[in-house]
Amino acid sequence: MPQLEVDAVVKNFRGLRAVGGVSLRVADAQIVGLIGPNGAGKTTLFHAIAGAVAIDSGEVRYDGKRVSGLRPDQICRAGISRTFQIMRPFAGLSVLDNVIVGALARERSLVEARRQSLALLEQLGLGPRAHIPAASLTLPERKRLEVARALATRPRLLLLDEVMAGLRPTETDQMVSTFLQINREQGIAILLIEHVMRAVMALASEIVVLHHGEVLTHGAPAEVVRSPQVLEVYLGTESDV
Amino acid sequence: MKPLLAPLAALVLLLLPLLANSYLLSIAIAVLYLAYLGQAWNVMMGFAGQLSLGHALYVGLGAYLAGGLFFHHGLGPWLGVWIAIAAALVVSVALGLLAFRFGISGVYFALLTIATAEFTRVGFDHLDWTGGPGGMFLKVENREHVDLLNLRGPPSLYYYTALTLCVGAAVLSRRLLRSRAGYYWQAIREDEPAAQSLGINTMRWKLLAIAISAALTAVGGVFHAFYFNSLFPEQIFSAGHSLEILLAPVVGGIGTLAGPLVGALVLTLLGEGSTELLSQLGWEAPGLKQVLYGLLLLATVWHLPRGIWPTLRSRLRPGEG
Repeated sequence: MPQLEVDAVVKNFRGLRAVGGVSLRVADAQIVGLIGPNGAGKTTLFHAIAGAVAIDSGEVRYDGKRVSGLRPDQICRAGISRTFQIMRPFAGLSVLDNVIVGALARERSLVEARRQSLALLEQLGLGPRAHIPAASLTLPERKRLEVARALATRPRLLLLDEVMAGLRPTETDQMVSTFLQINREQGIAILLIEHVMRAVMALASEIVVLHHGEVLTHGAPAEVVRSPQVLEVYLGTESDV
Repeated sequence: MKPLLAPLAALVLLLLPLLANSYLLSIAIAVLYLAYLGQAWNVMMGFAGQLSLGHALYVGLGAYLAGGLFFHHGLGPWLGVWIAIAAALVVSVALGLLAFRFGISGVYFALLTIATAEFTRVGFDHLDWTGGPGGMFLKVENREHVDLLNLRGPPSLYYYTALTLCVGAAVLSRRLLRSRAGYYWQAIREDEPAAQSLGINTMRWKLLAIAISAALTAVGGVFHAFYFNSLFPEQIFSAGHSLEILLAPVVGGIGTLAGPLVGALVLTLLGEGSTELLSQLGWEAPGLKQVLYGLLLLATVWHLPRGIWPTLRSRLRPGEG
C-alpha cells in the first residue's frame, strides 16, 4: 500500500481550476519529484495535501486513512510535514526556538526538544546560527531553517516546496545529500516541488509532471525529461518559435 | 554592583510603606496595579498575539462580582475572587470560541472585544444588583487595623496586596513563557499558518492565552473593587479604561516580562508628576495626564516601536538581542 495516495483531487479558486483531478502515489521511503511550469497547480496541490486549503472533490489518504478534511496540525501529527515556498520563519524567535516549536510536536520534554533541535541545526549547517533571530538569516539559510523545522516534527513524509530555489550549485548539492541521507537512514519519504532539475534528477525515483492543474505524464526521471510532451510544455513546439 | 541591585530593590519595595508618605504610597500602588493589569494583558497580546481592546470587561466583571458579593452578602474577596475568575473564564472562552470558530482574527477580533465590553457596560447600567449607573459603594469601616479576611485596612495592606499580585503575575508569566505554551504562543503570534503546519492546535492554545489573561485581569478587578471602593459601569467598563490597561505594556515593551512594570512606572510618574508639578505652581489642568499619556504613546511608537524596555536592555547589555 502506498504511503500517500492523492485521488482525483480538485481545487477551484472562484471558478478557476487550480487543480483538476490530480492523482499520484508516494510509496514508503520513496522520493517523488513534482515538476511543471509556473501556475501548474503544484503549490496548491501541496496546500491541499497539508490541509491548508479545503479540496472541492477527491480524496487524500495517508497510510490508507483519509486525511483530506483534517486540519493542518492534525495532518502534521499524522506524519506529514511541509515547508513553505514563501518561507515563513518565526521572525521574532531565535533560529533554535523556531526548530524547538517543531520538535515539541512529538517531544514532551523541553530539554529533549532543545537537544534534538540543536542536532538538526547542526545537520543542516545552521549550528553556528542557532542563537540569532531567525529574521537575520540569509535566504539560503532560511530555506534550511524551513527544512530543519519541518524535520523536527519527525515526519514520515516530507513535502518540500522549492527549497533549492536560489541556492548556489554547491549549496544545492549539500541539500541533496542531506535529503538522501535522511531518506536512507530514517526512511522518510519525500514529495518535492522543484525547478532545479539537477536536484530533482539526483533525488527522485519518479517524476510527476503537472500542467494546467492536471498530470501530464509521470514515470522514471530519465524517461520523463525526454518525453516530447514535457519538452513541449517547457520549451514550446517548433511552430511556436 | 549588579548582584547587589536586585536584593536592594527588593528591600526598598518591601520597606516602602515605612519610608513613604501616604501620597507616595498611593502612587506606588497605582504603579503596581497598572503593571499587574499590563502583565495580564501581555499574556494575550504580547505572548500569543491576540489583540484585546476590551480588557476593562474582565476588570469590571471581577470588581462587580467580588464587590457585589461583599456588598450584598458580606462575603470577603477570598471567596469572591474565585467566582470572579470563573466568570472571566466562561466569558473569555465563550468569546474566543465564537471568534475563532468563525475565523475572526486580528483587528476584527479586537473590535469584538470592544463590543463585548461595551454591551456589558450597558447591561450593568440596567442591573439592580450592581446599583446601575448610580454605582456601588463598598463600606469603608476601618482604615487602621488590618482585616485580611475582608481586605480592609490601611494603605500598606493594599500596597502589599498589589506587590504580591504584581510579583505573582511576573513569576507566572515567566514560567509560562518558558513552557510549551510560551513556545506555541510565540509561534502563533509570529505566523499562525506556519505554527499550525508544525502540529499546533492553534485554536486551543489561543483559547488558553485568552483564558489565563482574562482570569488574571479579573483578579485585578477584585483588587480594584476593594481598593477604590466605588464602582461605576461608565468608568470600569469604558473603552478608555481598556486603553489605559494596554498602555503600560505597549510603552514598556509588548511581549517582554519587564515591559509592563517599566511602562507603568514611566506612565504613572509622568502623569502624577506633571499634575503635582502644575498644582505646586498653582495651575489646575484637568485632563493633562491623558494628554501626556497620548504624547508619550506617540513618542514611543515613533522612536521606540518595540517599547522602552527592549531598547534599554540592549543599551545595558550590548551584545544580547
